[in-house]
Amino acid sequence: MQPIAPQAVQRILQGLKDQDIYVCLEMTTGAYAAHRDSSKMTAATFVSNGRIRFSQGSIAGSGPYRVGLKTETGWVYAEGLTHWDESEAERLILAGHDSDGKLVVGLMLGKTPF
Amino acid sequence: MERQRHVLVVLPHPDDESGRAGTLASYIDQGTPVTYVCLTLGEMGRSMGNPPFANRVTLPAIRQKELEASCRSIGITDLRMFGLHDKTVEFEDQDALDARLRAVIDEVKPSLIITFYPGYSVHPDHDATGAAVIRTVGRMPAADRPAVHCVAFAKGCEEVLGPPDVVNDVSGYLQQKWGSFQAHRSQFAMFFGNQSLQDKEVQERLRTESFWTYRFE
Repeated sequence: MQPIAPQAVQRILQGLKDQDIYVCLEMTTGAYAAHRDSSKMTAATFVSNGRIRFSQGSIAGSGPYRVGLKTETGWVYAEGLTHWDESEAERLILAGHDSDGKLVVGLMLGKTPF
Repeated sequence: MERQRHVLVVLPHPDDESGRAGTLASYIDQGTPVTYVCLTLGEMGRSMGNPPFANRVTLPAIRQKELEASCRSIGITDLRMFGLHDKTVEFEDQDALDARLRAVIDEVKPSLIITFYPGYSVHPDHDATGAAVIRTVGRMPAADRPAVHCVAFAKGCEEVLGPPDVVNDVSGYLQQKWGSFQAHRSQFAMFFGNQSLQDKEVQERLRTESFWTYRFE
């Protein structure tokens, strides 16, 4: 994974719009958040391989970044994105990693299922 | 440690075996066969190295290789990957999972099963894995049941369960155990930092492995 290059991400987003694509979206505090610190709460969510189609999609911010996708019936949104896989030309693998390298948020978009 | 005919280990995530690796290595050293059923590939893990060298797409294959390397370090040659998805064990079809576990039990006829203590193991996958083992073994006639040694680490678990009744000193197997932790590079690189097995503090941390024998009604 590499630090996000927003212009390159934007180009791939353009190539994915107005068609049926697959989305994976997640966020997690880590399964042991409450175990390690009782003042914290363990929470996590993920959707894998949901089908969406977006008509508008862009990356915003100066890092960490945000991505918003306007779909036919709502939105897909992620904040806190720091890294991407630059070796992927046709699909987007975006993640937000904290200072320990641990994943906090993830967003993946592709024409075929992950 | 009491001699066993065959030990079956049932855990949900690659690296769950590392904290029990000394016990497993010592059974193997006694000539006891060990079968390890690992339910998932830990594909939702959030540790991916720092800086991250994996992502959601590449993590499962990386963790499978780490799991295989960990087993080599411990000496486990019978590894069964059940192919479930991380975080979803409690939502799987219970009867189907129990039947798969029962098939392995009937095949290898373990005298001991090592798993997590349901309700006292923090991660939902840990609790669900232990619960599946307890359900499956509980359905066997009492005379046929293997012993079940459970790992528990929820806060306050000793207040309910009492102290662990099986406490193994694995000082003689720290090399294998350290090798297991090192094999799971994506998960433990941060945890041990620049420490080595020569560090007294590390040795002290790895030396003891504790279990609770499950008491069936």
